[in-house]
Amino acid sequence: MSEVKKIATRESYGQTLVELGAENPDIVVMDADLAAATKTGVFGKAYPDRFFDVGIAEGNMMGIAAGLAASGKIPFASSFAMFATGRAYEQIRNSIGYPKLNVKICASHAGITVGEDGASHQCLEDIALMRSIPGMVVMNPADDIEAKAAVRAAAEYEGPVYIRLGRAAVPVINDRPDYKFEWGKGIKIQDGKDVTLVATGTMVNSAMEAAKMLEADGVSVEILDIHTIKPLDEDMIIESAKKTGKVVTLEEHSVIGGLGSAVCEALSEKHPTLVKKIGVYDTFGESGSAAVLMEKYELDGKGVYRQVKEFLDGLK
Amino acid sequence: MDNHQLEIIANEVRKGIILSTHSAKAGHPGGSLSAADIFTYLYFEELNVDPKNPEAPERDRFVLSKGHTAPGLYAALAEKGFFPKEDLITLRKVGSHLQGHPSMKHTPGVDMSTGSLGQGVSAAVGMALAAKLDNRDSRVYTLLGDGEIQEGQVWEAAMFAGARKLDNLVVIVDNNGLQIDGKVEDVCSPYPIGKKFEAFNFHVVEMDAHDFDSIRAAFKEARETKGMPTAIVAKSIKGKGVSYMENNASWHGKAPNDEECKIAMEELTKAGEALCQK
Repeated sequence: MSEVKKIATRESYGQTLVELGAENPDIVVMDADLAAATKTGVFGKAYPDRFFDVGIAEGNMMGIAAGLAASGKIPFASSFAMFATGRAYEQIRNSIGYPKLNVKICASHAGITVGEDGASHQCLEDIALMRSIPGMVVMNPADDIEAKAAVRAAAEYEGPVYIRLGRAAVPVINDRPDYKFEWGKGIKIQDGKDVTLVATGTMVNSAMEAAKMLEADGVSVEILDIHTIKPLDEDMIIESAKKTGKVVTLEEHSVIGGLGSAVCEALSEKHPTLVKKIGVYDTFGESGSAAVLMEKYELDGKGVYRQVKEFLDGLK
Repeated sequence: MDNHQLEIIANEVRKGIILSTHSAKAGHPGGSLSAADIFTYLYFEELNVDPKNPEAPERDRFVLSKGHTAPGLYAALAEKGFFPKEDLITLRKVGSHLQGHPSMKHTPGVDMSTGSLGQGVSAAVGMALAAKLDNRDSRVYTLLGDGEIQEGQVWEAAMFAGARKLDNLVVIVDNNGLQIDGKVEDVCSPYPIGKKFEAFNFHVVEMDAHDFDSIRAAFKEARETKGMPTAIVAKSIKGKGVSYMENNASWHGKAPNDEECKIAMEELTKAGEALCQK
């Protein structure tokens, strides 16, 4: 069997930006001295007149993006998730969110798979922060194909969007002819009847790996890929919860405020269901390779398998 | 428009500030009054804007970075005809389009939502950049408080504007010398203001913010400056035009009560009558 193709979603972002640049002259791209890492640099090479590196000043970048959007441009503003959503949170809230300006915040290096740089750079709170801003769309694509579709959807949508991208190369899992990206709609990866795994971003792959192990134990697993966390595809999640009665959420993010919280908010109000939230448990990350950290924090297939198993066994 | 006409309008703007903040029982009259002549000059002499077409792409933009002085902006916009003057007394009330701080989604003529200090100037830079990208002649003006320039984002924006040579951008600092906690130099001195902007590659002009000859000269110099943005340090008096508010930090964020409003309106009416007799 040939090796699975792996591509980092930040690479997908850069490539799609270049395509969009050719299609729409109003698209401009901004970065805060991380253009090589966020991959906005490839757009900068192709369209130097529409690329603005503001230097190490993320708050100012968001403000300038707001001004560009107020003048009819479609700015994509990038940095690492930590600095884009943490350092510049208030600029995003007040200068972009409140006036509902058409700015696309595309942040790379989200989550623990940042790896060796350690906790200061491993943003585990960005989904929570962005989700809390009224009107902000939040997307977290799982792979190359989904990331490209998400970036395109963001360009077409009128209003503020946050897209969460990763540093590490991740398996391409959606390379199939029937793959269809619909903004705000979840994707059912597989049908099952015993438990629902609701996953986002890098965790969709972990869910698929864990499902194979669970199935070997005789557990039938349904997997939902939630690439758009806000607005959330509540109908799909509720329908699945009605069927399986047990929901596990998976995110490479804190279990506070992210996908798990969003799913609990929806289910507790509309179809109360027991939910196990898998993610990072109210702690900071640390240095190490992405793969080793995913294993240590039990976010890889094996770790997810163990946690889901424990959850299901606890119900017996 | 000659200075005399501008003075008459500025006096009306001051009345609007008093009446609106009195009606709201809240708001920021001090910094609105210090900038009243600047608002008047911008909307009646400097800005290429049309109240009948407030979103025309080729218009000039104004961003009130010191967003708490919205009462001054609103009074000038009403005088200019962006909306009826009667709306001013709905300031800060539920359902009003006149929010406590400027909102571009609510109020015709407001080019940017502001209120959190230091942010408007970045948006103004973005607008100036967009005009350059589109080869539009639009100019962009932004008004900051002298306390506001304590915010680091102001200098991030200034560094970028200077580096990018945005000569269609004018940053005005309303230097009334007072902020909520007292004198700006006692709280955390921003001085020297002009030299700071010079160091960020701005052309710097000083003006007397209550003398239309001086204001006119400063904006003319800004317009003629090529290859770099201009910063105008506007020497002003907080609370200007209302005797008991002048140079008094306590009027930063407090509305006049009925009696105080009456006194202020009497003073401004008298000033208006004196202008008409000139």
